[in-house]
Amino acid sequence: MSKSLSPKTPEILSARPRVNAGRKPTPFHARQVEKSETNDWTLWAGYSIPNSYTSVELEYFSIRNGATLYDISPMCKYRIKGPDAERFMNRFVPRDVRKIKPGRVAYAIWCNDDGHVLDDGTIFRFGPDDFRLCSQERQYAWLMDSALGFDVEILDETDDIAALQFQGPTTFAILEAMGLKGVETLKPFDLQHFSFAGTELMISRTGFTGDLGYELWIEPGKALELWDALMAAGADRTISPVGSLALDMTRIEAGFIQPAVDFLHAEHVVRHTRGRSPFELGLDWQVDFTKGHFTGRRALLKEKEANSSRYCFVGLEIEGNKPAHNALVYHKQKKEIGHITSAVWSPTMKNNLAMALLQRPFGVDITEDLWVEIYVDKELKWDRVMARAKIVDRPFFNPPRKRQTPPARF
Amino acid sequence: MNKSRYDAIIIGAGHNGLTAACFMAKAGLKVLVLEKNDYLGGAAVSLELHPGWTYSNCSYVCSLLRPEIVRDLNLPKYGLQVIPYSGGGVFMQNGDHLCNYNDHDAHRLELARHSKKDSEAYDRYSTDLMRQCRFIKPLLMRMAPDPTSFKPRDLGELAYLGKRFLDFSEAQMAETLRFWTMSVAEFLDEYFESDVIKAYYAGSGIIGTALGPMSPGTAYVLLHHYMGEVDGNIGAWGFARGGMGSISKAMAACFEDHGGEIRSGCGVDKVLVKNGRTVGVVLKNGDDYYANTVISNADVKHTFLDIVERDDLPEDFVRQVERFKIRGSSGKLNIALDGMPEFPQVPKDSPIFNGDMHFTDSIERMERGYDDWKNGTWSKDPYLDMLLPTRIDPTMAPPGKHYMTVFVQYAPYHLANNESWDGANRDAFAQTVFNQISEYSPNFKDMILHYECRTPLDIEREAGITEGNIFQGELTFDQLLFNRPVPGYAQYRSPIKGLYMCGSSTHPGGGVMGAPGANAAREVLRDLGARQTVRGY
Repeated sequence: MSKSLSPKTPEILSARPRVNAGRKPTPFHARQVEKSETNDWTLWAGYSIPNSYTSVELEYFSIRNGATLYDISPMCKYRIKGPDAERFMNRFVPRDVRKIKPGRVAYAIWCNDDGHVLDDGTIFRFGPDDFRLCSQERQYAWLMDSALGFDVEILDETDDIAALQFQGPTTFAILEAMGLKGVETLKPFDLQHFSFAGTELMISRTGFTGDLGYELWIEPGKALELWDALMAAGADRTISPVGSLALDMTRIEAGFIQPAVDFLHAEHVVRHTRGRSPFELGLDWQVDFTKGHFTGRRALLKEKEANSSRYCFVGLEIEGNKPAHNALVYHKQKKEIGHITSAVWSPTMKNNLAMALLQRPFGVDITEDLWVEIYVDKELKWDRVMARAKIVDRPFFNPPRKRQTPPARF
Repeated sequence: MNKSRYDAIIIGAGHNGLTAACFMAKAGLKVLVLEKNDYLGGAAVSLELHPGWTYSNCSYVCSLLRPEIVRDLNLPKYGLQVIPYSGGGVFMQNGDHLCNYNDHDAHRLELARHSKKDSEAYDRYSTDLMRQCRFIKPLLMRMAPDPTSFKPRDLGELAYLGKRFLDFSEAQMAETLRFWTMSVAEFLDEYFESDVIKAYYAGSGIIGTALGPMSPGTAYVLLHHYMGEVDGNIGAWGFARGGMGSISKAMAACFEDHGGEIRSGCGVDKVLVKNGRTVGVVLKNGDDYYANTVISNADVKHTFLDIVERDDLPEDFVRQVERFKIRGSSGKLNIALDGMPEFPQVPKDSPIFNGDMHFTDSIERMERGYDDWKNGTWSKDPYLDMLLPTRIDPTMAPPGKHYMTVFVQYAPYHLANNESWDGANRDAFAQTVFNQISEYSPNFKDMILHYECRTPLDIEREAGITEGNIFQGELTFDQLLFNRPVPGYAQYRSPIKGLYMCGSSTHPGGGVMGAPGANAAREVLRDLGARQTVRGY
């Protein structure tokens, strides 16, 4: 008779993550460890952040129902200052930076000279000669190269600022309860400075969820105090931290593209055909040919005039409820015309959503009879499903509370 | 005199009436919905009875609402958000508790505190239930085939049913037939040994039913509560953000967006019938509205025994309607609380408080509660399904305050000795519930700011459901599928041409599901030759 061996003292599972070399803790790490039940961590630009804390599903719903904290400290943050700052920024991005007033934030993409997108991010304008660029991928080298001949100072502030994305319908009520006077006046894409715990707290009404929400920026030494103050003020307003997996679901519902998921940095692709122009990513509105020169202008103008864009980027609603991750898209179930870049079953919309890159003229002139090939696991028997897809506008989820100013309290 | 003409008139703005209305308006028909109350929703309502608090007065949780309907009507666009909850459990008389965990292994460890064997048997239990859900789910959004009919559509549907049944192994077929007819107590005995674990799962077998956990047929009722879903998680339940009225509000907004017209405060007195054909309705206030199609969201008894004249109906039909079982079996309390009540026997951060809480820790206690019902009184040791929606939904009460909903099983419609619910009995019923909660929560009674007590009689008066039965008719096998509500009339049509049923008295039954409404709309649109807007088969 065999006997199973068990250790004399049961091993206690620790929620402490392994913070190895190349995996830096963020300023919020201590609190994240306390809150992590799943011990599920991921990497973002060399930092450890939670993929989930308790349950992806419940975290997702917290974003759409209450208030949620998501650590965006790993976001790359670059300060651009100096007499030429506006000129420099205006050459850097295709949109007209002169139209961004101090106290405002703007979404932006930027391209190389081929007119291919490198990254997207947000531009914060603090003053006439003072900007901050936030992006998911590192941009310091590209910024420095671009700065040749401009009288600007470029500073990598990534580690100098701790940041939280604070999103959900009760976020305004919580900031208000914290006594941050004036927060009710913030319109979408406004930014404002508040005093908090003896330091300056910057709040912008921005985010990645397509819902009411803010991003909070503070010096790293005060990060935990900010976290605690939010959790205390939110205790009776359904507050919780959320990880990357839940955030990604809301990101797709909001119809936002993500670098390294929906497109690749054009200077980091081996195959030259993998670069994508703004017109190929549905970002036509970002390109302002009337403002003067910007990096990529010549190539983009040529593309526009010759109507030579190869792809188009569309939002899809897909039959059934199986998310179309990594699926191929077909015309009349036969001709392969593109692929899905992001997909999610939307628990809020009760709809099977996706974003797809299609080869023109599909998606532009030919928009009917589109199909998506989905592989479905039925207890380890894989079925192939051809599901009908319909092109729809993004954002998929677009509640009035996102725009309402002053915002509702829930 | 109002002589307005419509393509269709729907009696009652319950969620099924509104669902049918939406699909018909989407088909381009001119549809009028008449509601007797001043507010919409029937039993899916949110009302502010105490300033600052929103009560889900009748139905209180959401799972059964078919995702196909939510999607096809685009209800999220009209403001509907369903938020799942996890947790819940049982407070035990011995000071212990059983908590339900979202995480599979956390749940297993919790069950193992009560029985190591049960903790592992749970996986087989949920697989077997899932198999039954998979079998029944596709039937929800289909017309129930008539086994006596030779119409191609009935034969096709029967063949579909048969084919699905043949997907089972022989052993599974036998299991399925047993499952549909056995009691929930016997069913659970096949898996579990712990009293509290069995009691926790047995609750779903009796809710809304005038049967005890040891009565045959209750295993199916458990399935009925399991087959709902919140985003593909079969068996998961959620709150409609802003209360159950949000569902009705979103449906009403969708309906009006498609050109529909709703009139509240308009109770229908009679359906007008001319030469065996429906021609319209007369309101209690004497107004009349005309349409060749009238669809009743009211239960089958109220529809055919009250608002249709007897002389317009065949005698055997009326007799079967009379015999249809719609028995009052439950009551409900809505309570505004000044804060979070303490339950000292459970840790403060336990997920138990986020879900459905109960105080019945054995099936025997549940069955004794049913004995009281048979004796014509409410359970003296009732089975409670208690939730604090404000733990999840921030919209229902001021911050830091709570709204508690308590579903109470059992409460009869007819009290013994012809006593009336009004007055002392209603108060005593509420006190019975308060006392049970107080046994586990010493400060509970001090926290009560306001409460609303609803006996079966009150539910009947407000929502219009006969005897206040939440399912518009028992969900026993003799009243399901082609027998719901009456053999030969299970396909939403009635003996009167142009008069249809769309309430929970019809297939597939009760719960805030919308399926009866959608299925009824499909049949009406077929008969009218209108554009089909309801997907299926």
